[in-house]
Amino acid sequence: METMIETRNTHNGTIDSLITQPYRVKRVLNETHDTFTLHLEPENGKDANFSFKAGQFNMLYMYGFGEIPISISGDPDKPHQLVHTTRAVGTVTKSMRRLKRGHVLGVRGPYGTEWPMDELKGRDVVFVAGGIGLAPLRSAMYQVVTRRELYGKVVLLYGTRTPIDILFRKELERWKSRFDLDIFVTVDRAVGAWRGHVGVVTQLVARAPFDPRNTVTLICGPEVMMRFSIMEFEKRGVTPDRIYVSMERNMKCGIGHCGHCQFGPSFVCKDGPVYRYDKVNKLIDIREV
Amino acid sequence: MENLGSILKKHPFFQGLEDNHIEFIVGCAANARFKTGEFLFREGHEANYFFLVREGLVNLEIYSPQKGAITVQSLGEGEIVGWSWIISPYQWRFDARAAEDTRLIALDGKCLRDKCNQDPSLGYELLKRFAPIIEQRLVATKIQLLDLYGNDD
Repeated sequence: METMIETRNTHNGTIDSLITQPYRVKRVLNETHDTFTLHLEPENGKDANFSFKAGQFNMLYMYGFGEIPISISGDPDKPHQLVHTTRAVGTVTKSMRRLKRGHVLGVRGPYGTEWPMDELKGRDVVFVAGGIGLAPLRSAMYQVVTRRELYGKVVLLYGTRTPIDILFRKELERWKSRFDLDIFVTVDRAVGAWRGHVGVVTQLVARAPFDPRNTVTLICGPEVMMRFSIMEFEKRGVTPDRIYVSMERNMKCGIGHCGHCQFGPSFVCKDGPVYRYDKVNKLIDIREV
Repeated sequence: MENLGSILKKHPFFQGLEDNHIEFIVGCAANARFKTGEFLFREGHEANYFFLVREGLVNLEIYSPQKGAITVQSLGEGEIVGWSWIISPYQWRFDARAAEDTRLIALDGKCLRDKCNQDPSLGYELLKRFAPIIEQRLVATKIQLLDLYGNDD
């Protein structure tokens, strides 16, 4: 049967791709009270040819605890600085948070499809991130900022829970200070000193500055947030073939063999996580999928 | 410089209204400015206005003795602030405060209420325009309540 999902994954899917490489922790950054960023480098200089595309993920193996998929949040132009950002929420990520400089963990990848960077050229680009969803979008944002002249308006709409949950705060401030980027941050609730926007990120779509006829949007966050964001983009006239979403499912092998992340006729680990919305909109509407 | 009439006519909220209705609404409109921290209105006070934000940001707040002012929603450029003027008992349910220096158009709700009572077709047109705003904010509130970004633990 011909698959209905467009695939851009370049991973070879062989047994070699299941072998982890040891990486040493170079730096640990506590981003918020429950999120952190790991900067990794290959041990003994191995894997020096590692490269990845914005939107892809690696499987990170905490020896003795387990292996989990984590998006790459670094700059694809600087693949030697392997950067992952995640939230300490389960056994593996909680143990990962205790890592210190010099500790070693296993890395295999990169896996999955990437954000459509070529398609963004000459268009307005709107990034929509919810919570930790900003991490996989940051890689694409780096590329757009580096080659800013290739794009029309560049807008980032970022929503998170409260002001203390804002990720990459310094970077957001730096981007906000540029006249050629429109950065909007909103929180679901706030008390005290917060002087920014309060409300759900989907509300920002209605008044974001972009031309709906010539816009591509990249969305990453909880599925409910993505659904409501898409509705707002469609209301403004952005067609489903110019909307990209990053899906999340229970990924285990990373190469589409184990079946844990099955999403209709596709596997999120190899046919996703980045999908063009018109290819999956019918699947998203089916609760059993 | 644009006058109030042309600004209101161009705004999506008023689009499609008959000219005589627009003329009447313009007669109830005035420019308003609030500096950062100033209140547009306070909870429990009589609701006799609504506002169209031209520039800036307005926070809707609930005051809690334990936590102080809690912002529940922000409204920015192009958005409408306040619908209590059209719903009995015409009392504000929240505080509204300028989060930054804000320019708005203030519309006299009391004057509009009287007119709506005399001319139900205007009342119907205004309610048709406020209903989607109320619906959008209800949906937004429900999404907020889901606490989508919360820790699953």
